[in-house]
Amino acid sequence: MTEKLTGEDKLKDKGDDFYELLITAHEGLEYDESVALNARLVLILANEIGDIEVLAAALRTATDK
Amino acid sequence: MPHYENIPYPFKRPLELDGKSQQLYPVAIVGAGPIGLSMAIDLALHGIRSVVLDDNNVVSVGSRAICWAKRTLEIFDRLGVADRMLEKGVTWKVGRLFHGEEEVYNFDLLPDDNHKMPAFINLQQYYVEQYLVERTQDFPDLIDLRWLSKVTDEELEDEKVTVSVSTPEGNYTLDAEYVVACDGAKSSVRERLGLPFKGHTFEERFLIADVEMEQSPFPDDETHERWFWFEPPFHNGQSALLHKQPDNIYRIDLQLGPEAYPEEEAKPENVIRRIKQVVGDRKFDLDWVSVYSFTCAKLDRFIHDRIIFVGDSAHVVSPFGARGGNGGIQDVDNLGWKLAAVLKGAAEPALLESYHEERSHGSAENILHSSRATNFMTPKSKMEAIFRQEVLNMAEHLPFARKLVNSGRLSAPCSLADMALQTPATSPTSIPPGTVCPDAAVTQNGKRGWLLNHLGGEFILLTTGEAAKEYDPEGLKKLHVSASETDETDELVDVTGTIIAEFGENKIYLVRPDQHIAACFDLSEVECLPTALRRANAGSMMEAAE
Repeated sequence: MTEKLTGEDKLKDKGDDFYELLITAHEGLEYDESVALNARLVLILANEIGDIEVLAAALRTATDK
Repeated sequence: MPHYENIPYPFKRPLELDGKSQQLYPVAIVGAGPIGLSMAIDLALHGIRSVVLDDNNVVSVGSRAICWAKRTLEIFDRLGVADRMLEKGVTWKVGRLFHGEEEVYNFDLLPDDNHKMPAFINLQQYYVEQYLVERTQDFPDLIDLRWLSKVTDEELEDEKVTVSVSTPEGNYTLDAEYVVACDGAKSSVRERLGLPFKGHTFEERFLIADVEMEQSPFPDDETHERWFWFEPPFHNGQSALLHKQPDNIYRIDLQLGPEAYPEEEAKPENVIRRIKQVVGDRKFDLDWVSVYSFTCAKLDRFIHDRIIFVGDSAHVVSPFGARGGNGGIQDVDNLGWKLAAVLKGAAEPALLESYHEERSHGSAENILHSSRATNFMTPKSKMEAIFRQEVLNMAEHLPFARKLVNSGRLSAPCSLADMALQTPATSPTSIPPGTVCPDAAVTQNGKRGWLLNHLGGEFILLTTGEAAKEYDPEGLKKLHVSASETDETDELVDVTGTIIAEFGENKIYLVRPDQHIAACFDLSEVECLPTALRRANAGSMMEAAE
């Protein structure tokens, strides 16, 4: 399997809302704390997606392989 | 040497200086910038007299606000000045976004054939003000524009405000029923009232420069482009913007970073060095330079008794998205008809409260969008910078990331849905109340025109479809849109079919004097119209005709 995600926009008009929430969540954190927050977030989102095919494709898209 | 020659307007000795006038002015407007002048014109179109007081005697020095959005142009069209602005202005066509050397994406800004006004034009503030000043001269009995007249105090009384004015030939006072403060971001009216102006100041410094240049930096001289860079290759700041104004003037915005020394950066030799990095070897003259930082802030209340704040005096935003001047013109559009109705006794002063409700909401939305754009341009931590970097890296190939790139969300009118004046629609198949009525090409008596040119100034009932055509209540101006050619000379024809498609068939729309939809009904609901009309006037019965 070498398929990647097309990256179609699904947040629509909530994209800026999400970005603000994301940045606000990181506010005031040390860099290491931010990295840990991202790790937790990735794991939580992966569980929410719950589809290994999609997750594998997402990883390929993000790592550009 | 600046390209535009600021010609001073003369000071005219007012009657008050010689104690010859005791009259009560309906409205005193403080400030003759784009907002104050538009306010005076809008009121004059409603037959309301105003005196406009400005401490200066020239239009804007420097180009300042240059991007005027579709909704603003529609309002300027209602005020009778848009044609000149369109003719002189540079209409946006293509936008390109770069990350470093690479173009990430470009977007089409071409005008919509079915709308009279383009998405945006660039036009220097001095032209906008000049055209507005000239338009005020069409109302010699209604607009009394006084240059070199500095307002130094305003004293609130029961039925009026006494305004103190200082001029080169002496001081005087005049009485007005309402004072409209259009005196800008540093409003001295606001200061004198001691009103808190709460918000967020960004530390980032920006340099804006206007250069006059014969040779276009864009690939095609005829296609006006707007280039935005994140991490531009030619300067070490975070972002840059290049776009064209009339008279071969190009605006260059450079984000300098919080550590920049404004005085040092504004020195011509430093500015010229930076501009050369943007435009290469093309010959240019430096026209105007300004180094600025900015604040996003607004008043808690836009109305204080008989003093009403409009434009930058009520709210300020960062420039990304062009929401400052455009937001202010929308304030004018919102307030004009309401203040006129109250002064004529056609509505209760409660109607003014809806100006605060609707425009405070609008300015909060503008502040939200412009703050987010500013945050995207100025990452404040290593992690924030990484997120920004990766959004930009993915933007070329992944559409969702492109949507997150935020170089400013361009000014668009806010929705006034669910607010006091609007009646919620029962049918989902309509344009939602609270929305600005969309424009469309129409014909009347075989002559081409535009829907919005037939709306505004007073409440109008807009009907679509043959069945709704018969509905014609007394005391309200009615406008019927026909799907096909008609012999009725007062009807509009929906030549492209978009009005019926967007508005629905057999619908009845109540359109406010500021072209916003107040209510929408199916034919079976017409008994709700009187209630909706009362609601749109804040509970008072509206007088039949203007």
